[in-house]
Amino acid sequence: MLSIERAGRRFATGTQALDNASLRIEQGDFVALLGPSGCGKTTLLRLIAGLDRPDAGALKWDEGAPKPGEIGFVFQEATLLPWASAAENVFLPLRLRGQRRADTTEAVQHALAQVGLEGFAEARPAALSGGMRMRVSIARATVTRPRLLLMDEPFAALDEFTRHRLQHDLLRLWREIGCTVVFVTHSIYEAAFLARRIVLMTPRPGRIAQEIGSELPLSGERRLLPAYARLVADITTAMQSALASV
Amino acid sequence: MTRDRLLALAPSLFAVLALVLWEVLVRALHVPIYLVPGPVAIVGAFLADPLGLLGALLSTLVVTFAALVVACVLGVALALAMAASPWARAAIQPWAVVLQVTPVVAIAPLIIVWVGDPFAALVVCATIVAFFPVFANTAEGLEAPPPALFDLFRLNGAGPLQTLFLLRLPAALHFFLAGLRISGGLSLVGAVVAEFVAGSGGFASGLAYRILEASYRLQIPRMFAALVLLAAAGVAINLGLGWFGRWVLRHRG
Repeated sequence: MLSIERAGRRFATGTQALDNASLRIEQGDFVALLGPSGCGKTTLLRLIAGLDRPDAGALKWDEGAPKPGEIGFVFQEATLLPWASAAENVFLPLRLRGQRRADTTEAVQHALAQVGLEGFAEARPAALSGGMRMRVSIARATVTRPRLLLMDEPFAALDEFTRHRLQHDLLRLWREIGCTVVFVTHSIYEAAFLARRIVLMTPRPGRIAQEIGSELPLSGERRLLPAYARLVADITTAMQSALASV
Repeated sequence: MTRDRLLALAPSLFAVLALVLWEVLVRALHVPIYLVPGPVAIVGAFLADPLGLLGALLSTLVVTFAALVVACVLGVALALAMAASPWARAAIQPWAVVLQVTPVVAIAPLIIVWVGDPFAALVVCATIVAFFPVFANTAEGLEAPPPALFDLFRLNGAGPLQTLFLLRLPAALHFFLAGLRISGGLSLVGAVVAEFVAGSGGFASGLAYRILEASYRLQIPRMFAALVLLAAAGVAINLGLGWFGRWVLRHRG
């Protein structure tokens, strides 16, 4: 789907947020960008989204750069419009592309159902829990049927039980929709649980250190599998040696 | 009666108590009426000429609301211009502050000379006082949405007008309403100040002019009656705009 070739980004403050990053993202993959704060993972995500441009290197899309709506983005916070209902929030990306409310009711209801919020279409964000707000935010990102779903630490602010449920539901959603996901996280457990491929990044300057593939089966209680524990251990070891050499 | 109810009544009880005490003290100490009139004398002064005072109040309120409307239109328009262009922001912002910090009493005589029509002159003065809160609040509200939401709009190919109507303006609404409430009170203050300045220039209809006139004639109870009307008008404007704001926020959809 996308090749990132020797991409670099230096901010006006002089910080080298990303340096010489090369990464191949395949259609249908679930990639986790994993690393501590300041390793450039969010910067890389914003480059992929087209919200920022690299000042070195390039992004090469196999089928041309994505058009509006072909990229879904889920932010760290749910960032819903507080004055609009859940359904209106999910409708927003369609509305911005000139579609009418009446023609999209089904798509909006479907997107809400996919994240388990059937009965909450008319609820305002203030009436929803943090986990439910994030679900609305995910529905808003998937309602346009994007080719690529970018997620920037979406579950970092949630409690662990809510986070586990959302991670579980996200995997199910990914299999249902069949889109490509790039997921930024600073949690080794989260990366190991979710991703098919884990990209380790190190800070100052932000660099890609290593890639680790995951052999975890797609279904079943993954968190309890010995293979999950081994994967967490492998990532931990790799991350430690990567950070030690910085 | 519950404790909460008593607490809710406390301000009124206190006011009644204070008024009684005031009347008693004024009578007991034989304070002359041209120094401090008692509440009874003040009510008497109002009842002696209720239409004259209420008419003057109406005239002041017309200036107040005209100024508030102009301040809203100007404030929102300039805030929008600043949100639309960094050039406009750089050009407008410092002058808005200059306008805010310049005392209106100091420029009112000039405005009254420049603007021939007395009513328009009063409105201009009151507008200058009322303008800033509604302008500054709206400008802040237009920038209030989190950067992530602006990113979301960009990712979905939103144009500047869509971003304005679906994001910036709805986000600015409660900022605007908070500014409107402050500007409402200031607008009355501005109208009264302008009337004071203009009053000596021969434009005689507002409540401020009645106060001046009464003070020249040593009709102190009448002065107080006019003051009470002004204060009541200020409170009513504040409460009314607060209620209006809550009503708008409840009914937006």
